[in-house]
Amino acid sequence: MWEALQFEFMRHALAAGVLVSISCGIIGVLVVVNRIAMISGGIAHASYGGIGLAVFSGIAPFVGAAGFAVVMGLLMGWISLKQKQRSDAVIGALWAIGMAIGILFIDLSPGYNVDLMSYLFGSILAVGKQELWFMLTIDVLTLATVILFYKEFLAMSYDEQFAEVTGVPVRALYFLVLTLTSFTVVMLIKVVGLILVIALLTIPPYISVQFTSTLGKMMGFSILLSILFVTLGLWISYNFNLSSGASIILVAGAAFFLSHIFQKNRP
Amino acid sequence: MVDKPPAIEMREVWFSYNRIPVVEAVSFTLAQGDFLGILGPNGGGKTTLLKLMLGLLKPEKGEIRILGRPPKEARKYIGYLPQETDFHLTFPITVYELAIMGRLTHARLGRPYTKTDHEKAEMALHQVGMWDYRFAKVGELSGGQRQRVFIARALASEPKILMLDEPTSSVDPQFESDLYELFKELNKNITIVVITHDIGVISRYVKSVACINRTLIFHEEGKITQEMIEATYQCPVDLVAHGLPHRVFPVHKEID
Repeated sequence: MWEALQFEFMRHALAAGVLVSISCGIIGVLVVVNRIAMISGGIAHASYGGIGLAVFSGIAPFVGAAGFAVVMGLLMGWISLKQKQRSDAVIGALWAIGMAIGILFIDLSPGYNVDLMSYLFGSILAVGKQELWFMLTIDVLTLATVILFYKEFLAMSYDEQFAEVTGVPVRALYFLVLTLTSFTVVMLIKVVGLILVIALLTIPPYISVQFTSTLGKMMGFSILLSILFVTLGLWISYNFNLSSGASIILVAGAAFFLSHIFQKNRP
Repeated sequence: MVDKPPAIEMREVWFSYNRIPVVEAVSFTLAQGDFLGILGPNGGGKTTLLKLMLGLLKPEKGEIRILGRPPKEARKYIGYLPQETDFHLTFPITVYELAIMGRLTHARLGRPYTKTDHEKAEMALHQVGMWDYRFAKVGELSGGQRQRVFIARALASEPKILMLDEPTSSVDPQFESDLYELFKELNKNITIVVITHDIGVISRYVKSVACINRTLIFHEEGKITQEMIEATYQCPVDLVAHGLPHRVFPVHKEID
């Protein structure tokens, strides 16, 4: 592992893994406790539409993805508030529509210059300096938001109705969470790809909830787990020459099953 | 004292779910300092009435005033105990964190809880005898213990009106009478509205009774016994129809 660090791309990959894990751990917890995993999966896939649009119009793919992801995320959130019964079907539709838009716009773009696979399964070994700065910015934004509104997030996640009665702006905070989720998802696409995003977002919180008694500790533990999964996955992919995104997710998956067995055997 | 607005004022309030009326033409005025017990069959509109007072539901017709203001503006003066407290049992939240949540009505958005908030939360936990459990995870408590913590949360907000939706549905009998003694004590300063099935509670602690089965009959302070017993027995009798949501409940006999 250590000799791999002489390569800049490996150092970048490791840094990206840590940076992504910070937002991923925090937002993942909010996604799980607020039961919006379906929406975050929808955002991940729909954001491909933004990548297509960006490539077609010649702007940076990640800017396109981030913008499109936020719009789709807010739209999905708004629909799930309006039509609770049918929200999963609508999210599923937007999920597919977003992807289709992306594919068509890439078809329409002159020349074949986009590696679809790198968006589907991630390209952590090709993270540039600019993207690291983007990740750091999102981390700072996420951390600041959660520290600032910790007590409000806790209240709305645990007991939405009570939070509303006490005057917490539940709606506004819900859309704030969705916006941060969209940004986090776009970062995660770089690391594990849009197909695997949902696993890295939900597995660490699923494991940590069994060992923690507060939302803050759950977030901290999820961040550590996420760093562990990404680093271990990277190491495996480097040593055995395997896809990095899939390796990371399978490490997380193994931990997921182990914790499940451990939980079942607990007295 | 004379200018005090009524704690609760409802004028011709109507509400229905999917066009099935749940609350019909409800009018009553509750003075501050009262202790109101709301009785009625399941599906009779008790919880709906509470949600209307909290501003969680909007009436289709009619007007609601809480302490002279629209319900949404009066929320910060209300301590509220929901009927169900057994949700999100795996959620990582401690007893203390849940109790101090009651201070949200006083706390500012995006600011940490103040020293006063912490003091009030501690006091409330002592009042319900759950201070020793402050570091415990809420989901790992028994039903009765959890109920106490939720009551502490309502108390921590130092409400002017305390609204309780079946506060003793899962607590042990000893704590139930302790709790009502506490409510009685609190009632010296604040208005209390309690939804309950317990007729014993009504006769011992409550000052006024409202009986709701779509329409509402309000029994004012002082007029106890005769009407009250009639009203309480009228409600359980209607329970026979519970489970048949589309059946029209028998209309209350108006008592004059």
